[in-house]
Amino acid sequence: MEALGIWNYWGVVLLMMIGLYTVIARDHLVKKLIGLGIFQVAVILFYVSMGKVTGGTAPIIPEGADGSEVYSNPLPHVLMLTAIVVGVATLAVGLALVIRIREAYGTVEEDELQRQNRAGS
Amino acid sequence: MWIEILLFGLLLITAVTIVGLNDLFAAAMLSGIFSLLCASLFTLMDAVDVAFTEAAVGAGISTVLMIGALALTGSREYQQPTRLGPFVVVLLTGAMLIYGTLDMPAYGDPAAPIHQHVAPEYVAGTDAEFGIPNIVTAVLASYRGFDTLGETAVIFTAGVGVMALLLGRRKREDEIQIEPSEDELKGGDA
Amino acid sequence: MSIKPPMRMREKVLLRVASKAFIPLILLFALYVQFHGDFGPGGGFQAGVIFAAGFVLFGLIFGLEALQQVVPWSIVERAVALGLLVYGGVGVSCILRGGRFLDYGVLDHHSPMHGQHLGILIIELGVGLTVAATMLAIFYAMAGRGRA
Repeated sequence: MEALGIWNYWGVVLLMMIGLYTVIARDHLVKKLIGLGIFQVAVILFYVSMGKVTGGTAPIIPEGADGSEVYSNPLPHVLMLTAIVVGVATLAVGLALVIRIREAYGTVEEDELQRQNRAGS
Repeated sequence: MWIEILLFGLLLITAVTIVGLNDLFAAAMLSGIFSLLCASLFTLMDAVDVAFTEAAVGAGISTVLMIGALALTGSREYQQPTRLGPFVVVLLTGAMLIYGTLDMPAYGDPAAPIHQHVAPEYVAGTDAEFGIPNIVTAVLASYRGFDTLGETAVIFTAGVGVMALLLGRRKREDEIQIEPSEDELKGGDA
Repeated sequence: MSIKPPMRMREKVLLRVASKAFIPLILLFALYVQFHGDFGPGGGFQAGVIFAAGFVLFGLIFGLEALQQVVPWSIVERAVALGLLVYGGVGVSCILRGGRFLDYGVLDHHSPMHGQHLGILIIELGVGLTVAATMLAIFYAMAGRGRA
């Protein structure tokens, strides 16, 4: 049963690879950004699942706590909380770039972009 | 633990569906469901603040931005043949990562190295030094205030970047060079 | 953006009534999350996103012009920088009061704990301001691009 104990890492790796595949194999630039989002969620899940303590509760001290409570590790939560908001801000920058590429080239398919670049140079 | 595994399975199925869809509007909507599943998973892992953020961002902003961008770029993806190259790369990377996880501590192990260093100090210190119940807020704003300042600066920079990219006047090829430059006007006068 | 036909969206009674009922609640909830972040889950990041989401909903239903009358672009633009300045300003005022950068304990002469409370409250406000304004600015930029 020891192998089952690290199921969370395996799930994270699977999710990460789905995201990576989307980034590498798909040509549509917005689809690539969606893949990047999946990859990012996998990283966040990796951190948060490391912070979990069996039998622990959310790291909020209840009233009348006597110090015997077990909390999950708050540190990964802090780091990932900011990472999600930063992630959506960088997603917006990526989408803005895609919009500009569309205006300049008339397409957002990667192979079409490369064809145009080759033809232009 | 089984609920977590079940939710993780649903998450994987949703991710595969998103990747397989050619209609990107549908993919953007599905990414909302993806966020919701993530948020439930975070709650089960005791990360309520993270779950809250994921739900607010995934349902509130990210989908709107995605659909807004799709309206400007076109939402159909060309059907493309499944290529072998990326698949092999992903398979190899995944195998190496799985190999790397083999000596990680088990899920929920209280003796894992991550729980031994600063985290106990934060938990003990929050009540004594700040007297506020939410440890995450105390760590975010005070213990790791520099970190959060940096993150806020990143968000600020991203906002400025989007403004720089999208707020400029839209130039088309036929619009450029319609107005003669100042030098040309001077040359004409002389 | 998808608000290109604003007339049709605005004429749908269900959307209009439902959004009018929900938007005040969303904004109120955002304020609750902002100021209750010390006690329960929440804080500046979440509150900023929820606050912006309320206005984005308004913009989607009633159109970009209506939203610009509620929140003019000049305010959004300044708030993006103001939030970060508030955060940095708290750090600098800690130095001026004889402490270290972002060492909130010195903000209150009588009790360091109160100083910490005050510091956390103000910097969360700064974070919330920057996040909300940035999200709105991004929405403005993308929506404005769609109709230019």
